[in-house]
Amino acid sequence: MYFPCFRKNANAAMLSNYEVFKLLTDLKEKRKDSGRNKHSVGQQNLNTITYETLKHLSNTPCSRQSPEIVKEFLTTMMPHKLTNRAEKLQLLNHRPQTAVEIQLMVEESEERLSEEQIEELIQTVSDILPGDPEQQNVAPAEAEMDEGGEQS
Amino acid sequence: MFVLVEMVDTVRIPPWNFQSKLNEAISEELNKKLANKVVYNVGLCICLYDITKLEDSYIFPGDGASHTKVHFRYVVFHPFLDEILVGKIKYCSQEGVHVTMDFFDDILIPPESLQQPAKFDEAEQVWLWEYETDEGAHDLYMDQGEEIRFRVADELFVDTSPTGPATAAKETPAQPGQSTAPPAEERGEKKEPPYTLIGTICEPGLGLLSWWNS
Repeated sequence: MYFPCFRKNANAAMLSNYEVFKLLTDLKEKRKDSGRNKHSVGQQNLNTITYETLKHLSNTPCSRQSPEIVKEFLTTMMPHKLTNRAEKLQLLNHRPQTAVEIQLMVEESEERLSEEQIEELIQTVSDILPGDPEQQNVAPAEAEMDEGGEQS
Repeated sequence: MFVLVEMVDTVRIPPWNFQSKLNEAISEELNKKLANKVVYNVGLCICLYDITKLEDSYIFPGDGASHTKVHFRYVVFHPFLDEILVGKIKYCSQEGVHVTMDFFDDILIPPESLQQPAKFDEAEQVWLWEYETDEGAHDLYMDQGEEIRFRVADELFVDTSPTGPATAAKETPAQPGQSTAPPAEERGEKKEPPYTLIGTICEPGLGLLSWWNS
């Protein structure tokens, strides 16, 4: 618990999970190279939080993202009427694959988006953001499968 | 989940660190001070993002160290209200379901925010959802280690700074079951975490991921 520094701006900007994942991964690499004192008592807290946060984030979609993917995602999201920055951020961080998940993250989605638009949104998210390779082999329960289309 | 917080602080660099580059010494000091610590009403600090401004460094009489005022941005874990998060169930108790996100542990889903009707199984110390279907009630157990999706309903910041001896002497002995914040801590009773998240899973799509995956 620390009570320090004067806080200028409590919420200067929201960061996506990917940005934090990248920051911590780069930090870890840098500290590995310098070697000098990363085990000193003072650095233990940084080591702990870095390790635990990376551990948590590696099991989420952000671990498979890149700056290009994030940029493409934001560009493609523009026509989808998601005015709220927080909504786009949650879609980016969670990569929802069902309408129920979309409804959790998009406020009043039933009023703002038609069923078709929700499906479109799921499709966009699925296409642009890489999913978990372990789960890719499971056939998604979507209408397209009925047409006999094969997933490679 | 994460925000960037602009802060200002004076960093003290002892003389034996004068050989390092100023920026590196300052980054190290800031991380030493803030990483993995909760700042009251701000959140859990993760790591330094960048230094935006360095003012002049001063040396004061009697202290060989340099003091530099630094403007910087820090990555802080501070989910917004209503944000959806995914964690793992740590354990269940009468107070509700305790969830962990590896780097942050103090997440609680109180009984009234569970999918209803919910019941606490005393023998197995686990909460369960009495899910009604046409075939009758299914008991869905909330086991340890299961991944759980929840919505942030509230946050609690507690000032855990040490209190002076004067406060401890004044208070009357606490009765069991009564909680008064700082004096209780000094008696070695249950310590309050500085930052707690209260969650809810009382909505379609929330709760164990396995409940909603086809």
